[in-house]
Amino acid sequence: MNSHSADRKVTIQLEINKEQYERDILASDILLDVLRDKIGLTGAKPGCLNGDCGACTVIMNKQPMKSCLMLAIEAIDSEILTIEGLKNTPIQRAFVEHFAFQCGYCTSGFIMICQALLLNDRNPSPEKIETWLSSNICRCTGYKEIEKAIYSVIELLNIKNQTNQ
Amino acid sequence: MLPYNFDYYKPQSIKEAIELYQLLKLQEKKPMYYGGGTEILTLGRLNFIYTDAIIDLKGIPECNAFGFQHQELIIGSTLSLRAIEENKLFPLLSDTSKEVADYTSRNKITIGGNICGQIFYRESVLPFLLSNSTVIIAGPKGTRKEFINEVFHKELRLDEGEFLVQIVTEKEYLKAKHISVKKRQQWKTGYPLLTVASLKKEGFIRFAFSGVCPYPFRSIQMENKLNDKSLSFKDRILTSFEYLPTPVLNDIEGSNEYRLFVLENTLSYILSYIGGEEHE
Ligand SMILES: Cc1cc2nc3c(=O)[nH]c(=O)nc-3n(C[C@H](O)[C@H](O)[C@H](O)COP(=O)(O)OP(=O)(O)OC[C@H]3O[C@@H](n4cnc5c(N)ncnc54)[C@H](O)[C@@H]3O)c2cc1C
Ligand code: FES
Ligand code: FES
Repeated sequence: MNSHSADRKVTIQLEINKEQYERDILASDILLDVLRDKIGLTGAKPGCLNGDCGACTVIMNKQPMKSCLMLAIEAIDSEILTIEGLKNTPIQRAFVEHFAFQCGYCTSGFIMICQALLLNDRNPSPEKIETWLSSNICRCTGYKEIEKAIYSVIELLNIKNQTNQ
Repeated sequence: MLPYNFDYYKPQSIKEAIELYQLLKLQEKKPMYYGGGTEILTLGRLNFIYTDAIIDLKGIPECNAFGFQHQELIIGSTLSLRAIEENKLFPLLSDTSKEVADYTSRNKITIGGNICGQIFYRESVLPFLLSNSTVIIAGPKGTRKEFINEVFHKELRLDEGEFLVQIVTEKEYLKAKHISVKKRQQWKTGYPLLTVASLKKEGFIRFAFSGVCPYPFRSIQMENKLNDKSLSFKDRILTSFEYLPTPVLNDIEGSNEYRLFVLENTLSYILSYIGGEEHE
Protein backbone atom coordinates (compact mmCIF):
# COMPACT_ATOMS: atom_id res chain seq x y z
CA MET A 1 0.00 0.00 0.00
CA ASN A 2 1.15 3.54 -0.67
CA SER A 3 0.85 5.69 2.41
CA HIS A 4 1.94 9.21 3.21
CA SER A 5 1.71 10.95 6.53
CA ALA A 6 0.20 14.35 7.25
CA ASP A 7 2.82 15.32 9.78
CA ARG A 8 5.94 14.86 7.70
CA LYS A 9 6.96 15.81 4.22
CA VAL A 10 6.99 13.13 1.57
CA THR A 11 9.28 13.06 -1.41
CA ILE A 12 7.52 12.51 -4.71
CA GLN A 13 8.64 12.33 -8.31
CA LEU A 14 6.51 13.90 -10.99
CA GLU A 15 7.00 13.76 -14.74
CA ILE A 16 6.10 17.15 -16.13
CA ASN A 17 6.69 18.23 -19.72
CA LYS A 18 8.92 15.16 -20.14
CA GLU A 19 11.20 16.22 -17.28
CA GLN A 20 11.49 14.56 -13.87
CA TYR A 21 10.98 16.68 -10.77
CA GLU A 22 11.58 15.47 -7.24
CA ARG A 23 9.99 17.55 -4.49
CA ASP A 24 9.13 17.35 -0.80
CA ILE A 25 5.43 17.90 -0.35
CA LEU A 26 2.63 17.22 2.14
CA ALA A 27 0.19 14.41 1.32
CA SER A 28 -2.60 16.98 1.27
CA ASP A 29 -0.92 19.33 -1.23
CA ILE A 30 -3.03 20.15 -4.29
CA LEU A 31 -1.38 19.59 -7.68
CA LEU A 32 -2.01 23.20 -8.75
CA ASP A 33 -0.11 24.54 -5.71
CA VAL A 34 2.77 22.13 -6.21
CA LEU A 35 3.11 23.07 -9.88
CA ARG A 36 3.11 26.77 -9.12
CA ASP A 37 4.84 27.07 -5.74
CA LYS A 38 7.19 24.09 -5.59
CA ILE A 39 8.10 23.67 -9.25
CA GLY A 40 7.77 27.22 -10.50
CA LEU A 41 5.48 26.40 -13.41
CA THR A 42 2.93 29.19 -13.08
CA GLY A 43 1.09 28.67 -16.39
CA ALA A 44 -1.76 26.79 -14.70
CA LYS A 45 -3.78 29.57 -13.05
CA PRO A 46 -5.73 29.55 -9.81
CA GLY A 47 -9.24 30.80 -10.59
CA CYS A 48 -12.29 29.50 -8.79
CA LEU A 49 -10.40 26.64 -7.02
CA ASN A 50 -13.72 24.86 -7.23
CA GLY A 51 -13.58 22.94 -10.50
CA ASP A 52 -15.75 25.45 -12.35
CA CYS A 53 -13.49 27.72 -14.40
CA GLY A 54 -10.80 25.52 -15.96
CA ALA A 55 -8.02 28.12 -15.58
CA CYS A 56 -5.93 25.46 -13.81
CA THR A 57 -6.29 22.83 -16.59
CA VAL A 58 -3.30 20.61 -17.34
CA ILE A 59 -3.08 17.48 -19.50
CA MET A 60 -2.52 14.16 -17.75
CA ASN A 61 -2.02 11.02 -19.78
CA LYS A 62 -3.54 12.88 -22.75
CA GLN A 63 -6.67 13.90 -20.83
CA PRO A 64 -7.53 17.37 -19.53
CA MET A 65 -7.54 17.62 -15.73
CA LYS A 66 -8.36 20.47 -13.39
CA SER A 67 -5.27 20.65 -11.24
CA CYS A 68 -7.23 22.32 -8.41
CA LEU A 69 -9.34 19.15 -8.14
CA MET A 70 -6.50 16.74 -7.45
CA LEU A 71 -3.75 15.95 -5.00
CA ALA A 72 -0.18 16.06 -6.25
CA ILE A 73 0.23 12.52 -4.88
CA GLU A 74 -2.44 11.30 -7.29
CA ALA A 75 -0.31 12.52 -10.20
CA ILE A 76 2.59 10.15 -9.47
CA ASP A 77 3.21 7.81 -12.44
CA SER A 78 1.38 10.09 -14.86
CA GLU A 79 2.65 12.11 -17.80
CA ILE A 80 1.77 15.70 -17.02
CA LEU A 81 1.80 18.41 -19.63
CA THR A 82 1.48 22.07 -18.71
CA ILE A 83 1.31 25.12 -20.95
CA GLU A 84 5.08 25.51 -20.48
CA GLY A 85 5.49 22.16 -22.26
CA LEU A 86 3.78 23.37 -25.41
CA LYS A 87 6.41 24.93 -27.62
CA ASN A 88 5.30 26.39 -30.92
CA THR A 89 2.09 24.40 -31.13
CA PRO A 90 -0.37 25.52 -33.81
CA ILE A 91 -3.06 26.17 -31.19
CA GLN A 92 -0.92 28.84 -29.47
CA ARG A 93 -0.40 30.70 -32.74
CA ALA A 94 -4.10 30.33 -33.59
CA PHE A 95 -5.10 32.01 -30.31
CA VAL A 96 -2.96 35.01 -31.29
CA GLU A 97 -4.17 35.10 -34.88
CA HIS A 98 -7.84 34.91 -33.93
CA PHE A 99 -7.64 37.37 -31.01
CA ALA A 100 -8.87 34.61 -28.70
CA PHE A 101 -7.89 36.44 -25.54
CA GLN A 102 -8.16 39.79 -23.80
CA CYS A 103 -6.81 39.82 -20.26
CA GLY A 104 -5.34 36.36 -20.89
CA TYR A 105 -6.01 34.93 -17.46
CA CYS A 106 -8.03 32.00 -18.76
CA THR A 107 -5.90 31.50 -21.87
CA SER A 108 -3.52 28.79 -20.69
CA GLY A 109 -6.48 26.71 -19.50
CA PHE A 110 -8.25 27.15 -22.82
CA ILE A 111 -5.14 26.31 -24.81
CA MET A 112 -4.69 23.15 -22.72
CA ILE A 113 -8.26 21.95 -23.27
CA CYS A 114 -7.97 22.64 -27.03
CA GLN A 115 -4.62 20.84 -27.17
CA ALA A 116 -6.03 17.86 -25.22
CA LEU A 117 -8.98 17.67 -27.60
CA LEU A 118 -6.69 17.70 -30.64
CA LEU A 119 -4.45 15.04 -29.07
CA ASN A 120 -7.51 12.79 -28.78
CA ASP A 121 -9.28 13.65 -32.00
CA ARG A 122 -7.81 15.45 -35.03
CA ASN A 123 -11.24 16.02 -36.46
CA PRO A 124 -13.69 16.57 -33.60
CA SER A 125 -17.36 17.23 -34.32
CA PRO A 126 -18.79 20.68 -33.49
CA GLU A 127 -20.75 19.01 -30.67
CA LYS A 128 -17.56 17.53 -29.21
CA ILE A 129 -15.78 20.87 -29.44
CA GLU A 130 -18.63 22.52 -27.59
CA THR A 131 -18.71 19.80 -24.90
CA TRP A 132 -14.97 20.02 -24.22
CA LEU A 133 -14.75 23.81 -24.35
CA SER A 134 -17.64 24.23 -21.95
CA SER A 135 -15.32 22.91 -19.21
CA ASN A 136 -13.66 26.35 -19.24
CA ILE A 137 -14.95 29.82 -18.49
CA CYS A 138 -13.67 33.10 -19.89
CA ARG A 139 -14.83 36.34 -18.36
CA CYS A 140 -13.72 38.71 -21.08
CA THR A 141 -13.64 37.48 -24.66
CA GLY A 142 -16.35 36.09 -26.85
CA TYR A 143 -16.16 32.33 -27.15
CA LYS A 144 -16.41 32.68 -30.93
CA GLU A 145 -12.75 33.73 -31.22
CA ILE A 146 -11.68 30.68 -29.23
CA GLU A 147 -13.80 28.45 -31.45
CA LYS A 148 -12.34 30.07 -34.55
CA ALA A 149 -8.85 29.36 -33.22
CA ILE A 150 -9.54 25.66 -32.74
CA TYR A 151 -11.34 25.30 -36.10
CA SER A 152 -8.34 26.89 -37.84
CA VAL A 153 -6.01 24.28 -36.29
CA ILE A 154 -8.36 21.43 -37.23
CA GLU A 155 -8.28 22.70 -40.82
CA LEU A 156 -4.50 22.95 -40.71
CA LEU A 157 -4.14 19.40 -39.33
CA ASN A 158 -6.47 18.03 -41.98
CA ILE A 159 -4.63 19.78 -44.81
CA LYS A 160 -1.36 18.37 -43.45
CA ASN A 161 -2.94 14.94 -43.18
CA GLN A 162 -4.15 15.04 -46.77
CA THR A 163 -0.79 16.17 -48.16
CA ASN A 164 0.95 13.39 -46.21
CA GLN A 165 -1.27 10.74 -47.78
CA MET B 1 -4.38 24.94 -0.29
CA LEU B 2 -6.47 23.04 2.23
CA PRO B 3 -6.90 24.47 5.72
CA TYR B 4 -5.70 21.17 7.23
CA ASN B 5 -3.38 18.28 6.37
CA PHE B 6 -4.17 14.58 6.13
CA ASP B 7 -2.50 11.22 5.72
CA TYR B 8 -2.94 9.50 2.37
CA TYR B 9 -3.34 5.74 1.89
CA LYS B 10 -3.89 3.83 -1.30
CA PRO B 11 -4.81 0.24 -0.39
CA GLN B 12 -4.66 -2.46 -3.05
CA SER B 13 -7.49 -4.68 -1.79
CA ILE B 14 -10.94 -4.41 -0.21
CA LYS B 15 -9.69 -6.16 2.93
CA GLU B 16 -6.77 -3.76 3.29
CA ALA B 17 -9.07 -0.73 2.92
CA ILE B 18 -11.55 -1.97 5.55
CA GLU B 19 -8.84 -2.93 8.05
CA LEU B 20 -7.14 0.39 7.55
CA TYR B 21 -10.37 2.27 8.24
CA GLN B 22 -10.86 0.32 11.47
CA LEU B 23 -7.26 0.91 12.55
CA LEU B 24 -7.48 4.64 11.89
CA LYS B 25 -10.71 4.82 13.91
CA LEU B 26 -8.95 3.06 16.80
CA GLN B 27 -6.28 5.75 16.57
CA GLU B 28 -9.12 8.29 16.95
CA LYS B 29 -8.63 9.59 13.44
CA LYS B 30 -11.40 10.67 11.09
CA PRO B 31 -10.77 8.58 7.98
CA MET B 32 -12.62 9.14 4.74
CA TYR B 33 -12.90 6.98 1.64
CA TYR B 34 -11.76 8.86 -1.44
CA GLY B 35 -12.92 8.38 -5.04
CA GLY B 36 -12.17 11.32 -7.33
CA GLY B 37 -11.74 13.62 -4.36
CA THR B 38 -13.42 16.53 -6.12
CA GLU B 39 -15.98 16.98 -3.36
CA ILE B 40 -13.55 16.26 -0.53
CA LEU B 41 -11.12 18.87 -1.88
CA THR B 42 -13.63 21.57 -2.80
CA LEU B 43 -15.76 21.27 0.36
CA GLY B 44 -12.58 20.68 2.40
CA ARG B 45 -11.21 24.00 1.23
CA LEU B 46 -14.33 25.66 2.65
CA ASN B 47 -14.07 23.66 5.89
CA PHE B 48 -17.39 21.90 5.17
CA ILE B 49 -15.62 18.53 5.25
CA TYR B 50 -12.86 17.50 7.62
CA THR B 51 -10.69 14.42 7.43
CA ASP B 52 -7.23 13.61 8.74
CA ALA B 53 -6.82 10.38 6.74
CA ILE B 54 -7.73 9.71 3.14
CA ILE B 55 -8.25 6.14 1.92
CA ASP B 56 -8.02 6.32 -1.87
CA LEU B 57 -10.06 3.45 -3.33
CA LYS B 58 -8.62 3.74 -6.86
CA GLY B 59 -6.00 1.02 -6.26
CA ILE B 60 -8.59 -1.71 -5.58
CA PRO B 61 -9.13 -3.93 -8.65
CA GLU B 62 -12.84 -4.65 -7.91
CA CYS B 63 -13.52 -0.92 -7.75
CA ASN B 64 -12.12 -0.53 -11.29
CA ALA B 65 -14.13 -3.33 -12.88
CA PHE B 66 -16.18 -2.52 -15.97
CA GLY B 67 -17.79 -5.22 -18.08
CA PHE B 68 -20.12 -8.18 -18.25
CA GLN B 69 -20.16 -11.21 -16.00
CA HIS B 70 -22.79 -13.68 -17.20
CA GLN B 71 -25.97 -11.66 -17.72
CA GLU B 72 -24.91 -8.68 -15.59
CA LEU B 73 -23.01 -5.46 -16.15
CA ILE B 74 -20.53 -4.77 -13.35
CA ILE B 75 -19.49 -1.15 -12.76
CA GLY B 76 -16.68 -0.43 -10.31
CA SER B 77 -17.24 2.53 -7.99
CA THR B 78 -13.99 4.32 -8.87
CA LEU B 79 -14.66 4.51 -12.61
CA SER B 80 -14.69 8.08 -13.79
CA LEU B 81 -17.88 9.49 -15.23
CA ARG B 82 -15.90 10.12 -18.42
CA ALA B 83 -15.14 6.39 -18.78
CA ILE B 84 -18.85 5.64 -18.36
CA GLU B 85 -19.82 8.33 -20.84
CA GLU B 86 -17.45 7.03 -23.52
CA ASN B 87 -18.05 3.32 -23.04
CA LYS B 88 -21.74 3.12 -23.77
CA LEU B 89 -22.43 -0.26 -22.18
CA PHE B 90 -25.41 1.20 -20.32
CA PRO B 91 -26.74 3.91 -22.66
CA LEU B 92 -29.12 5.54 -20.13
CA LEU B 93 -26.26 5.78 -17.62
CA SER B 94 -23.96 7.31 -20.26
CA ASP B 95 -26.66 9.82 -21.21
CA THR B 96 -27.25 10.83 -17.58
CA SER B 97 -23.65 10.95 -16.41
CA LYS B 98 -22.43 12.90 -19.45
CA GLU B 99 -24.52 15.81 -18.19
CA VAL B 100 -22.89 15.92 -14.73
CA ALA B 101 -20.48 18.84 -14.26
CA ASP B 102 -18.23 19.36 -17.33
CA TYR B 103 -16.01 17.14 -19.46
CA THR B 104 -12.77 17.87 -17.60
CA SER B 105 -14.32 17.43 -14.15
CA ARG B 106 -15.90 14.15 -15.30
CA ASN B 107 -12.37 12.87 -15.83
CA LYS B 108 -11.98 13.03 -12.08
CA ILE B 109 -15.45 12.55 -10.57
CA THR B 110 -16.09 8.86 -9.88
CA ILE B 111 -19.45 7.14 -10.09
CA GLY B 112 -19.14 5.98 -6.46
CA GLY B 113 -18.28 9.51 -5.32
CA ASN B 114 -21.24 10.93 -7.22
CA ILE B 115 -23.64 8.43 -5.64
CA CYS B 116 -22.17 8.68 -2.10
CA GLY B 117 -21.35 12.40 -2.05
CA GLN B 118 -22.87 15.04 0.20
CA ILE B 119 -23.86 17.25 -2.74
CA PHE B 120 -27.44 16.12 -3.07
CA TYR B 121 -27.96 15.94 -6.83
CA ARG B 122 -26.24 12.51 -7.19
CA GLU B 123 -27.55 12.39 -10.74
CA SER B 124 -25.85 9.19 -11.82
CA VAL B 125 -27.86 7.14 -9.32
CA LEU B 126 -31.05 7.69 -11.36
CA PRO B 127 -30.45 4.97 -14.02
CA PHE B 128 -29.65 2.44 -11.28
CA LEU B 129 -32.88 3.24 -9.41
CA LEU B 130 -34.79 2.62 -12.65
CA SER B 131 -33.10 -0.67 -13.46
CA ASN B 132 -33.46 -2.34 -10.03
CA SER B 133 -29.67 -2.60 -9.88
CA THR B 134 -27.85 -4.13 -6.95
CA VAL B 135 -24.94 -2.66 -5.05
CA ILE B 136 -21.96 -4.47 -3.58
CA ILE B 137 -21.02 -2.88 -0.29
CA ALA B 138 -17.93 -3.87 1.69
CA GLY B 139 -17.44 -3.23 5.39
CA PRO B 140 -16.10 -4.57 8.67
CA LYS B 141 -18.86 -7.21 8.79
CA GLY B 142 -18.08 -8.50 5.30
CA THR B 143 -19.48 -7.84 1.86
CA ARG B 144 -23.20 -7.51 1.20
CA LYS B 145 -25.23 -7.34 -2.01
CA GLU B 146 -28.43 -5.27 -1.79
CA PHE B 147 -31.06 -3.94 -4.16
CA ILE B 148 -30.30 -0.26 -4.62
CA ASN B 149 -33.97 0.59 -4.14
CA GLU B 150 -33.75 -0.92 -0.66
CA VAL B 151 -30.56 0.84 0.49
CA PHE B 152 -30.82 4.15 -1.30
CA HIS B 153 -33.18 6.43 0.58
CA LYS B 154 -32.20 10.02 -0.16
CA GLU B 155 -28.61 8.72 0.02
CA LEU B 156 -26.86 5.37 0.03
CA ARG B 157 -27.27 4.07 3.58
CA LEU B 158 -23.81 2.86 4.57
CA ASP B 159 -22.75 1.77 8.04
CA GLU B 160 -19.59 3.18 9.59
CA GLY B 161 -16.54 1.90 7.71
CA GLU B 162 -18.48 0.60 4.70
CA PHE B 163 -17.89 1.64 1.09
CA LEU B 164 -19.50 1.05 -2.28
CA VAL B 165 -17.50 -1.42 -4.36
CA GLN B 166 -19.64 -2.07 -7.43
CA ILE B 167 -23.04 -1.59 -8.98
CA VAL B 168 -24.55 -4.52 -10.85
CA THR B 169 -27.24 -4.20 -13.52
CA GLU B 170 -29.01 -7.01 -15.35
CA LYS B 171 -28.42 -7.01 -19.09
CA GLU B 172 -32.13 -6.93 -19.93
CA TYR B 173 -32.37 -3.34 -18.65
CA LEU B 174 -29.48 -1.96 -20.65
CA LYS B 175 -31.21 -1.74 -24.01
CA ALA B 176 -34.66 -0.73 -22.73
CA LYS B 177 -36.12 2.39 -24.31
CA HIS B 178 -34.97 5.33 -22.23
CA ILE B 179 -34.40 9.05 -22.02
CA SER B 180 -32.66 11.43 -19.63
CA VAL B 181 -33.47 15.13 -19.62
CA LYS B 182 -31.48 17.70 -17.65
CA LYS B 183 -32.71 21.26 -17.41
CA ARG B 184 -30.36 23.96 -16.23
CA GLN B 185 -31.22 27.50 -15.35
CA GLN B 186 -28.33 28.81 -17.40
CA TRP B 187 -25.01 27.83 -18.97
CA LYS B 188 -24.21 24.40 -20.39
CA THR B 189 -22.55 22.77 -17.40
CA GLY B 190 -23.13 22.40 -13.69
CA TYR B 191 -25.95 21.64 -11.35
CA PRO B 192 -29.41 20.96 -12.66
CA LEU B 193 -32.58 22.88 -12.16
CA LEU B 194 -33.91 19.35 -12.44
CA THR B 195 -33.07 16.04 -14.11
CA VAL B 196 -35.57 13.34 -15.02
CA ALA B 197 -34.45 9.90 -16.21
CA SER B 198 -36.96 7.47 -17.61
CA LEU B 199 -36.95 3.85 -18.74
CA LYS B 200 -39.74 1.76 -20.29
CA LYS B 201 -39.98 -1.90 -19.31
CA GLU B 202 -42.79 -4.20 -20.40
CA GLY B 203 -44.96 -1.24 -21.37
CA PHE B 204 -44.57 0.48 -17.97
CA ILE B 205 -42.62 3.73 -17.80
CA ARG B 206 -40.35 4.32 -14.80
CA PHE B 207 -39.21 7.76 -13.66
CA ALA B 208 -36.45 8.99 -11.34
CA PHE B 209 -35.75 12.58 -10.38
CA SER B 210 -32.87 14.77 -9.20
CA GLY B 211 -33.06 18.46 -8.34
CA VAL B 212 -36.84 18.34 -7.77
CA CYS B 213 -36.63 17.59 -4.03
CA PRO B 214 -33.47 17.87 -1.88
CA TYR B 215 -32.44 14.31 -2.83
CA PRO B 216 -32.79 11.98 -5.83
CA PHE B 217 -35.78 9.64 -5.76
CA ARG B 218 -38.02 7.24 -7.64
CA SER B 219 -41.67 7.15 -6.59
CA ILE B 220 -43.92 4.18 -7.41
CA GLN B 221 -47.05 6.25 -6.65
CA MET B 222 -45.96 8.91 -9.15
CA GLU B 223 -45.17 6.22 -11.70
CA ASN B 224 -48.61 4.64 -11.30
CA LYS B 225 -50.25 7.98 -12.02
CA LEU B 226 -47.93 8.75 -14.92
CA ASN B 227 -48.82 5.39 -16.47
CA ASP B 228 -52.58 5.75 -15.99
CA LYS B 229 -53.78 5.35 -19.57
CA SER B 230 -57.31 6.48 -18.65
CA LEU B 231 -56.00 10.03 -18.18
CA SER B 232 -54.57 12.63 -20.56
CA PHE B 233 -50.83 13.36 -20.29
CA LYS B 234 -51.60 16.64 -18.52
CA ASP B 235 -53.86 15.01 -15.94
CA ARG B 236 -51.42 12.18 -15.35
CA ILE B 237 -48.68 14.69 -14.65
CA LEU B 238 -50.74 16.95 -12.43
CA THR B 239 -52.08 14.08 -10.32
CA SER B 240 -48.59 12.59 -10.04
CA PHE B 241 -47.48 15.85 -8.37
CA GLU B 242 -49.71 14.97 -5.40
CA TYR B 243 -47.23 12.19 -4.63
CA LEU B 244 -44.03 14.26 -4.66
CA PRO B 245 -42.19 13.07 -1.52
CA THR B 246 -41.42 16.55 -0.15
CA PRO B 247 -42.20 20.13 -1.11
CA VAL B 248 -40.36 21.05 -4.30
CA LEU B 249 -36.98 22.78 -3.92
CA ASN B 250 -36.98 26.54 -3.78
CA ASP B 251 -33.39 27.79 -4.09
CA ILE B 252 -31.02 29.90 -6.18
CA GLU B 253 -31.25 27.46 -9.09
CA GLY B 254 -35.00 28.18 -9.32
CA SER B 255 -38.19 28.80 -7.37
CA ASN B 256 -40.53 25.91 -6.54
CA GLU B 257 -43.18 27.30 -8.90
CA TYR B 258 -40.73 27.53 -11.77
CA ARG B 259 -39.45 24.02 -11.08
CA LEU B 260 -42.99 22.60 -11.18
CA PHE B 261 -43.63 24.41 -14.46
CA VAL B 262 -40.42 22.99 -15.98
CA LEU B 263 -41.16 19.54 -14.51
CA GLU B 264 -44.61 19.51 -16.11
CA ASN B 265 -43.16 20.34 -19.53
CA THR B 266 -40.33 17.85 -19.13
CA LEU B 267 -42.66 15.01 -18.17
CA SER B 268 -44.97 15.87 -21.04
CA TYR B 269 -42.02 15.69 -23.45
CA ILE B 270 -40.81 12.39 -21.96
CA LEU B 271 -44.28 10.80 -22.18
CA SER B 272 -44.54 11.73 -25.85
CA TYR B 273 -41.00 10.59 -26.60
CA ILE B 274 -41.12 7.29 -24.82
CA GLY B 275 -44.64 6.38 -25.88
CA GLY B 276 -47.06 6.98 -23.06
CA GLU B 277 -50.07 6.22 -25.31
CA GLU B 278 -52.26 9.18 -24.48
CA HIS B 279 -55.95 8.66 -23.87
CA GLU B 280 -58.00 10.18 -26.70
C1 LIG C 1 -17.31 21.47 -10.99
C2 LIG C 1 -18.29 20.51 -10.40
C3 LIG C 1 -19.57 20.42 -10.93
C4 LIG C 1 -20.47 19.47 -10.43
N1 LIG C 1 -21.68 19.32 -11.05
C5 LIG C 1 -22.51 18.30 -10.65
C6 LIG C 1 -23.71 18.00 -11.35
O1 LIG C 1 -24.05 18.65 -12.32
N2 LIG C 1 -24.46 16.95 -10.91
C7 LIG C 1 -24.11 16.17 -9.83
O2 LIG C 1 -24.79 15.20 -9.52
N3 LIG C 1 -22.98 16.45 -9.14
C8 LIG C 1 -22.19 17.46 -9.54
N4 LIG C 1 -21.03 17.73 -8.85
C9 LIG C 1 -20.81 17.02 -7.60
C10 LIG C 1 -19.94 15.82 -7.75
O3 LIG C 1 -20.46 14.91 -8.65
C11 LIG C 1 -19.89 15.18 -6.37
O4 LIG C 1 -19.26 16.09 -5.54
C12 LIG C 1 -19.20 13.83 -6.30
O5 LIG C 1 -19.25 13.36 -4.99
C13 LIG C 1 -17.77 13.85 -6.60
O6 LIG C 1 -17.29 12.54 -6.83
P1 LIG C 1 -15.82 12.19 -6.37
O7 LIG C 1 -15.52 10.85 -6.92
O8 LIG C 1 -14.90 13.28 -6.71
O9 LIG C 1 -16.09 12.09 -4.81
P2 LIG C 1 -15.12 12.27 -3.56
O10 LIG C 1 -14.82 13.71 -3.35
O11 LIG C 1 -13.98 11.32 -3.61
O12 LIG C 1 -16.10 11.75 -2.42
C14 LIG C 1 -17.32 12.38 -2.13
C15 LIG C 1 -17.95 11.69 -0.93
O13 LIG C 1 -18.29 10.34 -1.26
C16 LIG C 1 -17.58 9.42 -0.45
N5 LIG C 1 -17.18 8.32 -1.33
C17 LIG C 1 -16.47 8.41 -2.49
N6 LIG C 1 -16.38 7.21 -3.07
C18 LIG C 1 -17.05 6.33 -2.26
C19 LIG C 1 -17.32 4.94 -2.31
N7 LIG C 1 -16.93 4.17 -3.34
N8 LIG C 1 -18.04 4.37 -1.30
C20 LIG C 1 -18.48 5.13 -0.25
N9 LIG C 1 -18.26 6.45 -0.16
C21 LIG C 1 -17.55 7.04 -1.15
C22 LIG C 1 -16.41 10.18 0.13
O14 LIG C 1 -16.01 9.65 1.38
C23 LIG C 1 -17.02 11.57 0.27
O15 LIG C 1 -17.83 11.65 1.41
C24 LIG C 1 -20.10 18.66 -9.33
C25 LIG C 1 -18.82 18.77 -8.78
C26 LIG C 1 -17.90 19.67 -9.31
C27 LIG C 1 -16.53 19.74 -8.72
S1 FES D 1 -9.14 26.97 -10.58
FE1 FES D 1 -9.43 24.91 -11.11
S2 FES D 1 -11.27 24.95 -12.16
FE2 FES D 1 -11.11 27.00 -11.48
S1 FES E 1 -9.35 36.50 -21.61
FE1 FES E 1 -9.77 37.34 -19.71
S2 FES E 1 -10.70 35.74 -18.67
FE2 FES E 1 -10.53 34.99 -20.62
